[in-house]
Amino acid sequence: MSQTILTVDDSRTMRDMLRMALAGAGFNVVEAVDGEHGLQVLGAHTPDVIITDINMPRLDGFGFIQRVREDRDHRATPILVLTTESDPSKKDRARAAGATGWIVKPFNPDKLAEAIRRVAA
Amino acid sequence: MDELDAIRITFFQECDELLADLESGLLAQQRGAGDAETVNAVFRAVHSIKGGAGVFGFDGLVRFAHLFEAVLEGLRSEKLEPTPDLVSLLLGAHDELIDHVTAARTGRVQDLRRLSGVSVRLAEIVDRLKVAALDASPEAATAPERDDFDFDFTPLAASLEPLPAPPLTAPAPPAPLGWTIAFRPLAELYRKANEPAVLLRELARLGEARAVLDLSDLPSLQALDPEDGYLAWTIDVAGDIEKAQVAEVFEFVEGDCDLVISPMGQAAPAAAAPEPQFASEPQAELPIAPPPVKIAPPPLLTLVEPEPAPPPHVEPEPPRAVQSESAQPESPPAEAPVQTPPPQSVIRVDPERVDRLVDLVGELVISQVMLAQKVQEAGLPPSSGLVAGLEELEQLTREIQDGVMAIRAQQVRAVFQRMPRLVREVAALTGKQARLVTDGEATEVDRTVIERLAEPLTHMIRNAIDHGLETPEERAALGKSPEGVIRLSAQHRGARIVIEVSDDGRGIDRRRVLSTAVARGLVAADAQLDDEAIDNLIFLPGFSTASAVSDISGRGVGMDVVRRSVQALGGRIAIASVPGRGATITLSLPLTLAVLDGMQVEVCGQTLVAPLAAIVESVRPRPEDVRRIGSGAVLAVRDSFIPLVDVGVVLGFRDRPINPADGIVLLVETDDGGRVALVADEIHGQRQVVIKSLESNYGQVAGISAATIMGDGRIALIIDIDAVISMRNRPAPAPLLAAE
Repeated sequence: MSQTILTVDDSRTMRDMLRMALAGAGFNVVEAVDGEHGLQVLGAHTPDVIITDINMPRLDGFGFIQRVREDRDHRATPILVLTTESDPSKKDRARAAGATGWIVKPFNPDKLAEAIRRVAA
Repeated sequence: MDELDAIRITFFQECDELLADLESGLLAQQRGAGDAETVNAVFRAVHSIKGGAGVFGFDGLVRFAHLFEAVLEGLRSEKLEPTPDLVSLLLGAHDELIDHVTAARTGRVQDLRRLSGVSVRLAEIVDRLKVAALDASPEAATAPERDDFDFDFTPLAASLEPLPAPPLTAPAPPAPLGWTIAFRPLAELYRKANEPAVLLRELARLGEARAVLDLSDLPSLQALDPEDGYLAWTIDVAGDIEKAQVAEVFEFVEGDCDLVISPMGQAAPAAAAPEPQFASEPQAELPIAPPPVKIAPPPLLTLVEPEPAPPPHVEPEPPRAVQSESAQPESPPAEAPVQTPPPQSVIRVDPERVDRLVDLVGELVISQVMLAQKVQEAGLPPSSGLVAGLEELEQLTREIQDGVMAIRAQQVRAVFQRMPRLVREVAALTGKQARLVTDGEATEVDRTVIERLAEPLTHMIRNAIDHGLETPEERAALGKSPEGVIRLSAQHRGARIVIEVSDDGRGIDRRRVLSTAVARGLVAADAQLDDEAIDNLIFLPGFSTASAVSDISGRGVGMDVVRRSVQALGGRIAIASVPGRGATITLSLPLTLAVLDGMQVEVCGQTLVAPLAAIVESVRPRPEDVRRIGSGAVLAVRDSFIPLVDVGVVLGFRDRPINPADGIVLLVETDDGGRVALVADEIHGQRQVVIKSLESNYGQVAGISAATIMGDGRIALIIDIDAVISMRNRPAPAPLLAAE
């Protein structure tokens, strides 16, 4: 059975890009538009990997990661954050919140699939 | 369509929305109505545009958005004050961002100014921020900053290239033997959902791997904390592998494990001093359960256990105390109260599909009308089931048509939101101060109308600022606020949309308008015109009061062009002015260009359609109501005399007018409020017709705005009433159709 990836990003363009790349690599994709929505989606899905943006309305990426790590059902789910540049302070903050790894935007489908492989059991 | 092309379209749609959000946020900030969330939203808008632009490699857009974002980040982290000057610079940056988005969309990057004043000023602010950050923490030059001041600007352009993740070490000379890795995960590694088994699997992809599990730290079951890490591995990976490749496998767990990578054969014991790049001091261990440790060997990996020991028994019991907040070096911003409504569910459809549907519904309406006519010709009794069924069909057709038109309807916001920028630019160019107030942005109108609204509105607003508003000094002297107000509003009125542009400036200088019109021979020197008539002289072709054609409202077009483009949309335009108080221009447009409620008339055996909106009433005149005046004739209607215009003569169907008493007269209202009586031979009742463009299918015809297909399959022309009236005094054109 193919693995399911949850993408959390407020940008439709980015969600579409992720979907195209992930679906092309054979993953199932579920989407959320911000952190709060992401938590709701986690109520109904158990993704193998979560990919999340940082800057989002309502609940940003840091807060989202933290809440997932507090959630008994999902705290062991790998979370990859999307960062725009290889940005040390943002990356550190995301890791402190519990991010498993990161993907530097703009990504290509191969890099994306590789990052997932590096965290997915 | 390629999937990437579809995403590209999505990106530009999203850009438009984000740019609108950005502008309204900045305007709120300018009004002083902004709060922290406004700044966040504004930041996110620019950030998202930058992110998407990066995906498509729009480098110029990325560069500019990056600068813009950096300044907004300064505002967000309160390193910058939202002074009026800064906000106005940001509005300018918004305007320029639109240009960058447009350049990316059209591929016309060469049209952009290479180094605009705005980007230079943004860059200066960014430099100042950077210097301030260095001053504040001298070590910031080497250590990553702990706050959210997260941009990096040296060198400016280079920092924007899509950098690959930097290698963790300088590549070592190739080691033919391979590498020995001493790896001890800390609790923190598990807390972040990293998984040693995955890392071992990844190592095994590099070359033949042999892992030895070290269980020496594993405590007794009673002492075992299931949240902690007790396992360590020593892994030999053989092959021609760069050290950086090995390091990359551990990129995500850097700092969360003890790690020593050394050339195979000279392996230091696992306890040896860790290499500075890779190991860090064990971090405070958090009381958080790691995921269950999986030690099932991946296929390529040989797990060698030094002594048979039972696998650590990891109880899937609930963690005892999960209090990650207290352990966080920083906690994320407090959650904003959830005010934002959940995102609306919206379907995105290619406009061409909707257009096709509109066309098809048009054909459906025509078929239905044709069918109705055939049934009528067959002389079936109205009580027959066929007639009743047909009526039901007609009702359904109407509803489908309304439904489809509603899909294609758009809010005038799409056009209105381009205007604040225009106001800023024109005000800056003319040295005036102007503020735009809009109302009724949510008013919906068909897409075909929206598309053609921008140009006349642009021109009207330019005019209002350039000619209408006084300079700030003049206004102050008059006791007005130095800042003029331009109002733009939209509302539905019946089957039309009414758009008003008003200013609180000087109003129309009637003396000057009249003398100009006389000087240009547009009106007779002794003409007696009332105020309204004088105001409307500005719509006459060739009229321009500006002594020198200014760069703003000039460009060789006057209000007559605006009026023509409005009329081409089946609309009307009028102006009302109060000297010293300002002027209001009112546009009235049909809600759609796809269908029209019309009156079907017959002239010289030709079927014509007159737009119902213009018709006040139709009368069958008595002979004594018709009076000859000179070469023309008027109709006495109640207490007034209305000029008679024979449609057949104007359109060239016949040489001489018929006696109006033998035909029928349509009283129509003109744009300036006057009335004219159009003479036709016969009237066949009202019907809704589907408008088919004559221009795109044949060519422009004077006095005709479009065509339609009638129930019998024949084509009927739709009369352009204002054009017919203005043609009445000119020599008749060559016969349009052969008179029978």
